Amino acid sequence: MSVDRSTVVRVAHLARIRVAEEEVDKLQGELNSILGFVEQLAELDVSDVAPLTSVVPIAMKKRADVVNDGGIPKKVTQNAPLTEDDFFVVPKVVE
Amino acid sequence: MTDLTALTLAEARDALAKKDFTALDLTEAYLAAMEKARALNAYVMETPEKARSMAKASDERRAAGSVGPLEGIPLGVKDLYCTEGVRTTACSKILDDFTPPYESTVTSNLWRDGAVMLGKLACDEFAMGSSNETSCFGDVVNPWRRKRADGSIDPTPLVPGGSSGGSSAAVAAHLAAGATGTDTGGSIRQPAAFTGTVGIKPTYGRCSRWGIVAFASSLDQAGPFARTVRDAAILLKSFASVDPKDTTSVDLPVPDYEAAVGTSIKGKVIGIPKEYRVDGMPAEIEELWQKGIDWLKAAGAEVREISLPHTKYALPAYYIVAPAEASSNLARYDGIRYGLRVTGDDITDTYELTRAAGFGAEVRRRIMIGTYVLSAGYYDAYYVKAQKVRTLIKRDFDLAFAAGVDAVLTPATPSSAFGVGEMSGGDPVEMYLNDIFTVTVNMAGLPGMVVPGGLDAKGLPLGLQLIGRPFEEATLFQLGEVIEQSAGRFTPEKWW
Repeated sequence: MSVDRSTVVRVAHLARIRVAEEEVDKLQGELNSILGFVEQLAELDVSDVAPLTSVVPIAMKKRADVVNDGGIPKKVTQNAPLTEDDFFVVPKVVE
Repeated sequence: MTDLTALTLAEARDALAKKDFTALDLTEAYLAAMEKARALNAYVMETPEKARSMAKASDERRAAGSVGPLEGIPLGVKDLYCTEGVRTTACSKILDDFTPPYESTVTSNLWRDGAVMLGKLACDEFAMGSSNETSCFGDVVNPWRRKRADGSIDPTPLVPGGSSGGSSAAVAAHLAAGATGTDTGGSIRQPAAFTGTVGIKPTYGRCSRWGIVAFASSLDQAGPFARTVRDAAILLKSFASVDPKDTTSVDLPVPDYEAAVGTSIKGKVIGIPKEYRVDGMPAEIEELWQKGIDWLKAAGAEVREISLPHTKYALPAYYIVAPAEASSNLARYDGIRYGLRVTGDDITDTYELTRAAGFGAEVRRRIMIGTYVLSAGYYDAYYVKAQKVRTLIKRDFDLAFAAGVDAVLTPATPSSAFGVGEMSGGDPVEMYLNDIFTVTVNMAGLPGMVVPGGLDAKGLPLGLQLIGRPFEEATLFQLGEVIEQSAGRFTPEKWW
């Protein structure tokens, strides 16, 4: 399978990465090179194979459903590009 | 005084115990070496003040009779590990000057055991790369250089491998007694091979991933770089722990790996997978592999040919699974909570502009491939299929181990270190082929270790890889020690 220009643009939007018009051709070539490489998997019949969900055969650990952290708004927001009174400041989302 | 940075970790540990010098002396020696080696660009941030204060605290603990297993040992930390109060960037512009208010579990373990932090080491952006050329802090230069046929030195800068290229370069150039790395498809083992250092990717679940910037969560694993097999064993003991903060951390006691170093390997069964004899493999790598077989045989191991028939499908399956997980993990970099923000007209515009400005070309490619293979209509054809192939790859190893094989011996890489810029041209797949021998191990969650085996005709190091049963890292240290004793150790000639 390979991707066309419009698919590259659509995937870039799904990935929330702005791609300039003049970059699309180059990206299309690179993505198709990778997709061409993974095409080898078509040789394998895996209809009777279960997908791997864990490399180690153990049940996932579950912790007790209790509050064990929190009350540190300064630490949570200290790396944000824009904050106000321990809140993240974001562009207007709701009109 | 002799050059303290020339001591192995084990030698430094023993000399510190005898009070031949202090942790502060040792730390100062490393800080001085780092200052002189800036041409290598191994460190993206040196933390001399922190190093000195940690070294002084270590000396005080020793004076008070409290000595940890890594007491006073200066280490470098890959910039993928969150370090409290010290900038952590994953070598990406998108993290900007992110300064974690917490410490990763692995580095917490190292400091608990007495180690000293020298600084943060370069890597490929978000650990995506095999040459350390995708870092936003520029290329790292391998301390090894090629020799020409007439014996003179070719000054062309070579890559240190990747993604843990700062770690491999720093350990090879004696800019740290050991270093942390992470390995998603070969990012510890390939750079170890390129620099003549020892690197181990432990079994998935052996080391906590908590506080390490995530790339592909079902494949990522932390592990050490060291100058010797013994040093790697000492470090892994401190790296490994059972961590309630990582649900994939496995509840198994951590063995004393160092105790395995130097014990007899008589009767161990070593599998040699015929599928690793790939077309176009340099004769020197083939010869080294044979030497490895001979060394293990001479030490009493039994060697048999095995088949791992799905080997060739590991790399294509990896380039579905890893980008898919990366696209999901890296969705968090949105310019809102931390890191870079480029403000746009609305929230979507802000996301798109931020991510376009913050991610480098390779990261962008992988996020887009991952987004594509997970998108509606393609999920089954790509992602589910790749996970099924993963089952087959793991089954190949399970069958070999069930038939009595204790470990598998393979070459580490298809070539020795290449020049900066030589592989980063048009086709991204060309670079991906570097991980052809290492990536199967991540896909199956197994432990894998690379030990230097010799130098090629250009005078560059080549590595051998040992792959073990799940959680049997001790066997790898046993076998690795035999290789190291037979091959000797390799140190680059200092030119920087």
